[in-house]
Amino acid sequence: MSDQAKQSGGTGKVIFFAILALIVIAIFLVPTGHGGLAFHPMDQFEIKALFGGDIHWYTVTNATLWMGLTVLGVVLLLVVGSSGRAIVPSKGQSIAELTYGFVYKMLEDVGGKDAVRYFPYVMTLFCFIAFSNVLGLLPVSFTPTTHIAVTGVLALLVFVFVTVLGFVKNGAAFLELFWVKSAPLALRPVLAIIELISYFVRPVSHSIRLAGNMMAGHAVIKVFATFAAIKLIAPVSIAAIAAMYGLEILVAFIQAYVFTILTCVYLKDALHPAH
Amino acid sequence: MATETHGAVEGAAGMPQLELAHFPNQIFWLLVTLVVIYFVLSKVALPRISSVLAERSGTIMNDISAAEELKLKAQDAENAYNKALAEAKAEAQRISGEANAAIQAELDVALAKADAEIAAKAAESEAAIADIRDNAADSVKIVAKDTAKELVAAFGGKADAKTLTAAINARLKG
Repeated sequence: MSDQAKQSGGTGKVIFFAILALIVIAIFLVPTGHGGLAFHPMDQFEIKALFGGDIHWYTVTNATLWMGLTVLGVVLLLVVGSSGRAIVPSKGQSIAELTYGFVYKMLEDVGGKDAVRYFPYVMTLFCFIAFSNVLGLLPVSFTPTTHIAVTGVLALLVFVFVTVLGFVKNGAAFLELFWVKSAPLALRPVLAIIELISYFVRPVSHSIRLAGNMMAGHAVIKVFATFAAIKLIAPVSIAAIAAMYGLEILVAFIQAYVFTILTCVYLKDALHPAH
Repeated sequence: MATETHGAVEGAAGMPQLELAHFPNQIFWLLVTLVVIYFVLSKVALPRISSVLAERSGTIMNDISAAEELKLKAQDAENAYNKALAEAKAEAQRISGEANAAIQAELDVALAKADAEIAAKAAESEAAIADIRDNAADSVKIVAKDTAKELVAAFGGKADAKTLTAAINARLKG
């Protein structure tokens, strides 16, 4: 688990430095007098009311639209796709079944047999994140998962659910999660503090990993796109956009996978807290 | 919510993600989205897919067991066939053996009969030959006696029958 966290943190860092380097290059390359390049890589993340007016909690915004499209995508894949109920599946049904099998197996392998009860919940998270990430790769689209408000709520839902579940299933024995029995007695209190801190950091890393990865990729593509305005760099810039786009497709699925598998790990901790 | 924080936060950080005023909107719509997806999945999609998968594995299991059964049947049929073949072979051998024996017996009878006939014919012939030979010897005796009598007579002698016969018999024996 910590390996995955480190890895995705690594890609995040690389992307961050890539953006920095690009911005520095841009500043040196572009004569200030021209004013030709205008960097607005973050504009794409702005929340806008679709029908104008102020944004209240109930206002229909671009976030609403793209979340709605996510629901539509899920329905198309899993409901319409599987409507044939064929023994020999069609292409759509195959994809629906593969998605089902993929998440189900992940939950069973990582979380254990009794975690399978929470399959609809885990599947909901995976479908929402995967569809939101992939739909966000369409040009001029909006990606809900680039927003810390969205991923934060997703991560907090998991955190609260898992914590409550842990206490309901195990009672006070859930606290054994923080009491590492395999360590020497003298070390245990220290480890307990570390474990406790790492437990509360979970929702933070869980949410920022997803939002950070998604946001960084989209921002980098936007920066490359801005460079395309310089004739000399344009071919390189367009090639780089294509390459980044391919990477982003990968990242879209990997981040959905990482978020889901971490949820499975947390579920396992809640169901079987003893080390 | 408060529009005055809008400009301040955005201006400071340049990140729409940190625009706190937009959080309630996103959180509300996210919760709506999640609830909708959850119900669609748990009420419709997941039970359907799981039943299709169960049905498929059931069908495959059935087909495999049916194939297993058919294979056993085929093996039984093959065994029965081999058994019937072996039986038929044994039967054929028995029949051909019997036929051979019958033919041999008939042949033996026929041969014995033929042998007997041949022996009878041979005996008959031998008898006939012996007869002829005896007759021939007698005839020679008679001719010799006659010739001898005539010869003796021609020489002017008078041979009595008894002496002639004895002489001729002696000559014929020698």
